[in-house]
Amino acid sequence: MSHSMAPPDTGPVPIVAHPGRSDRTPAIEVRHLTKIYGQRGGAKGWSRGKGAGATHKPAAKDVEFTVGEGEFFVIMGLSGSGKSTVLRMLNRLVEPTSGEILLDGKDIVEMADPELRAVRNRKINMVFQHFALFPHRTVRENAAYALHVRKEGAAARTERANWALETVGLGEWGDSLPGELSGGMRQRVGLARALASDADILLMDEPFSALDPLIRRDMQELLIKLQAELRRTVVFVTHDLNEAMRLGDRIMIMRQGEVVQLGTATEILESPADDYVREFISDVDRSRVLTAGVVMQPPIAVGRPGDRPSKVLERMNRPGAHAQGAYVLDADSRILGVVEGEAIAGAVHRPDARLEDLARPPLGTIRTETTLSEACTLVGGDCVPLAVLDHEDRLVGVLPRATLLQAIATPAASTLEGDRHHA
Amino acid sequence: MPEIDVGTPVSQLVDWLTTHLGPFFDAISVVMLALLDGVLYLLTAPHALLMTVIFAALPLLARRWGLALFALVAFLFVQAMGLWVETMETLAVVLVASIIAVLIGVPIGIWAARSRGVSNVVRPLLDFMQTLPVFVYLIPAVFFFGIGVVPGVMATVVFAIPPAVRLTELGIRSVDEEVVEAAHAFGAKPGQILREAQLPLALPSIMAGVNQTIMLALSMVVIAGLVGAAGLGVVVVRGISTLDVGAGFEGGLAVVLIAIYLDRLTGAFAESGGSLRGLMRRRPALLPEATASTPSAIAGPTS
Ligand SMILES: Nc1ncnc2c1ncn2[C@@H]1O[C@H](COP(=O)(O)OP(=O)(O)OP(=O)(O)O)[C@@H](O)[C@H]1O
Ligand SMILES: [Mg+2]
Repeated sequence: MSHSMAPPDTGPVPIVAHPGRSDRTPAIEVRHLTKIYGQRGGAKGWSRGKGAGATHKPAAKDVEFTVGEGEFFVIMGLSGSGKSTVLRMLNRLVEPTSGEILLDGKDIVEMADPELRAVRNRKINMVFQHFALFPHRTVRENAAYALHVRKEGAAARTERANWALETVGLGEWGDSLPGELSGGMRQRVGLARALASDADILLMDEPFSALDPLIRRDMQELLIKLQAELRRTVVFVTHDLNEAMRLGDRIMIMRQGEVVQLGTATEILESPADDYVREFISDVDRSRVLTAGVVMQPPIAVGRPGDRPSKVLERMNRPGAHAQGAYVLDADSRILGVVEGEAIAGAVHRPDARLEDLARPPLGTIRTETTLSEACTLVGGDCVPLAVLDHEDRLVGVLPRATLLQAIATPAASTLEGDRHHA
Repeated sequence: MPEIDVGTPVSQLVDWLTTHLGPFFDAISVVMLALLDGVLYLLTAPHALLMTVIFAALPLLARRWGLALFALVAFLFVQAMGLWVETMETLAVVLVASIIAVLIGVPIGIWAARSRGVSNVVRPLLDFMQTLPVFVYLIPAVFFFGIGVVPGVMATVVFAIPPAVRLTELGIRSVDEEVVEAAHAFGAKPGQILREAQLPLALPSIMAGVNQTIMLALSMVVIAGLVGAAGLGVVVVRGISTLDVGAGFEGGLAVVLIAIYLDRLTGAFAESGGSLRGLMRRRPALLPEATASTPSAIAGPTS
């Protein structure tokens, strides 16, 4: 690679920015969505113990949000806050009292039954809390259910179901019955059933809450991996904040049927909208919730083999670089090594000096999913800020010590205020 | 207190029905008799010993060796008491009445499970049918169909329908709601959900209802004997009316024996029917370790 081939200023390595709302085409748009149980079909009303007064309180009130294509959207809230109600209205398992739900611009509230069934079959699928598998059908038949409903041929069904089961790691279990599987495996079947239909949108209502913590962790990892490959639009209900923060691109917090706050994990941790949210996040150990991927900064002090030392030096000195050295990256952004600042400075006037020859291995690296508490011991030991790698070992960001400390430090005033409120 | 006369309109209604719908009842009578005769012919045409062997073989389908042995002994004993024909007549009445009761009761149960309104109407009706003293509708049945086996079967049907309805409704309603939701969430039609999810999953409960129906039908045979339905009922009634305690006891014993046989037999089929697919599909033990050693791309440690 010659000097002239390098573009004038490649700038920092492109990082996977934390997905915001603006840069995606909307997959789901919800407007003024309200649900009041027991207004229609009064037959159920009198048998409910709490009487008429309770039934007229909206379970969801004027809920509005937009989910982008490929976004992982989490709905959170305490028990009874209306999470399931909102989620189930998205495929009309719960009939909205009023409002609009646009899927790709089409309002499903207005749809007649046949069209709604087609949408449920092909466009929007669901994974259930207690798996909801058909116990009398084999795992493969369960996975192929959507295709069975749309009457596809046996060969296509089997092929698609096998692919889906393979994808969730149950390739060998197609002939078993769900009853022969453990809880975690059953939920994998539930996931495979939703994947096999090729629907763009996945609704998940506390899908992992019935699993024990270790398996829940595995399932979260599986989901993260799948999501990286398949990029479905996911709406995910949970009341586990750690789960929400791990998985969600954005999180919507609900209370008594209303949206209290909607934002990224960091936004919510940094500026909780009110005391309810503050209480929600108060017992969160930020260093264990926040991951390197969430708070990392763009890697500025980087160079490619062949870059001029002077240019690298200039990048190193930019504000926000936090570096006394630079990372040398290959064409795929994998780290070749670290060059110390002095070495670069010394090389500026030696035209034959090659950046990669000056490099030594970094003292340590972490991954995007590494929590800040795990990163603590590694941070600040090197002349460059700690490198954050994705699961293909590419440099996607750095974690300077200042950033880490700032992220862990809870805004002291608001915490005290919150404590006083709830004392 | 004004006196309300409920009796007169009812008896007028019965009179009106007998005079105006006579041909209708006659037609039912004819069909019913043909049905009973057909079933009775099937049961009595082969030699009694052959039938005994068949009865003993049926439990073997569900691998109930004990019940097979019981059947062998019980039906031989019935022959030894000289009550074979009467027992088969009773069996024919019970079978025909149960089949009709199930054919009416199960669809009503399905309907009630799908609609609160229907359920609210049907439930008191069932209570009414079960608590109304049998003679109250046995006598009108005699008016409509004349003395003989048909009114007996009719009264038996009325009496035996409720458990079929109740347990069908209960079975469908207690199918895991999330599973039904899942079928909806994947775009299945209501009819398909009923056929492919609700009915198969409610089958154990429905079979329990069928079992109950048969038992109730059997408990009616003596009363049916009062209005002339041939069979063990007549033996018992004759035994009582002639104060021949021994003969009455023999008839009663035969009823008990087929009751036990039918109860265990339907119970066995209900059980194995529910898990028949499971039994057939069970593969030679597949050890979890064996599959864990060949994990696919994304398999976590859970599998
Ligand atoms: N079928 C129903 N009929 C009447 N009221 C209902 C029904 N389902 C839910 N509700 C009420 O609506 C409110 C919201 O319920 P919802 O199930 O959406 O809460 P949630 O946030 O999912 O709670 P959880 O975490 O317990 O699942 C609750 O007050 C609940 O009692
Ligand atoms: Mg819920």
